[in-house]
Amino acid sequence: MGVLSIGVFSSLIGSMNLDFALKLADAALQKGHKVNLWLSGNATSLVKKDQKHLKDYSTGEKPLKALLEKGVEVCTCEACTLARGIQKTDAIEGVQWNAMHWYLAKIHESDRVLHIGGE
Amino acid sequence: MADTKLAFVVQRPPYKSENPKLAITHAIAYQTVEILLEEGETVTPTLCFIGDGVLACIKDQKAMDTYGITSTETHLKNALLVDLDVFVCKEDLERFGITEDKIVNADDMGADKRIQVVPYETIQAEMEAAKHVLFF
Repeated sequence: MGVLSIGVFSSLIGSMNLDFALKLADAALQKGHKVNLWLSGNATSLVKKDQKHLKDYSTGEKPLKALLEKGVEVCTCEACTLARGIQKTDAIEGVQWNAMHWYLAKIHESDRVLHIGGE
Repeated sequence: MADTKLAFVVQRPPYKSENPKLAITHAIAYQTVEILLEEGETVTPTLCFIGDGVLACIKDQKAMDTYGITSTETHLKNALLVDLDVFVCKEDLERFGITEDKIVNADDMGADKRIQVVPYETIQAEMEAAKHVLFF
């Protein structure tokens, strides 16, 4: 089994990239791979808790919590997150907060990297 | 001893999105990644600008005056100061009519490295030599 690291920079609303990344992470997990998920730039909006699920908009809270429970390591860029007004107290529990070197370290140990840049 | 070579490829223009700046700051993070790795393990990034991304390399940016934010130029200077290899595509610079004297350098800050203007084939070789390529 391999190690897959996914870096996402797209926003939760206005793009389907984050939805795709969450589904891909789950699919890789089900095949027995270890998955790491790095959130940077606008993707850090994913970590905000108490997202209201309106049917016209993507919501990432439920699938993200499910991934965390299954052992996916999820880390948000602390500077990017705080710059968007999201504090640690506002965030989904279990998400790690760190700097960009976290992503590089996970890339180092990965067999495959899927890097999804922002729009 | 294990080194992971990465290629950060910037293809989007600066200020339209956050991508070029995030590419540079992620690449610079190689300076501190060792605290999370085993002894002897390293990450070596190269930073490559192609397509519209070459616009990020023009000097005398006024981001602080215009937007009140740190310029991509400042980040590039920091990248040179920490000895990152930075390449910019010669053909794409020519396409925009940008001459080499218009490219950012960090000579004033005492950097040993300079941005290297190279043919695309050199950047292609960097991507092929990397274990992972990250497009911004």
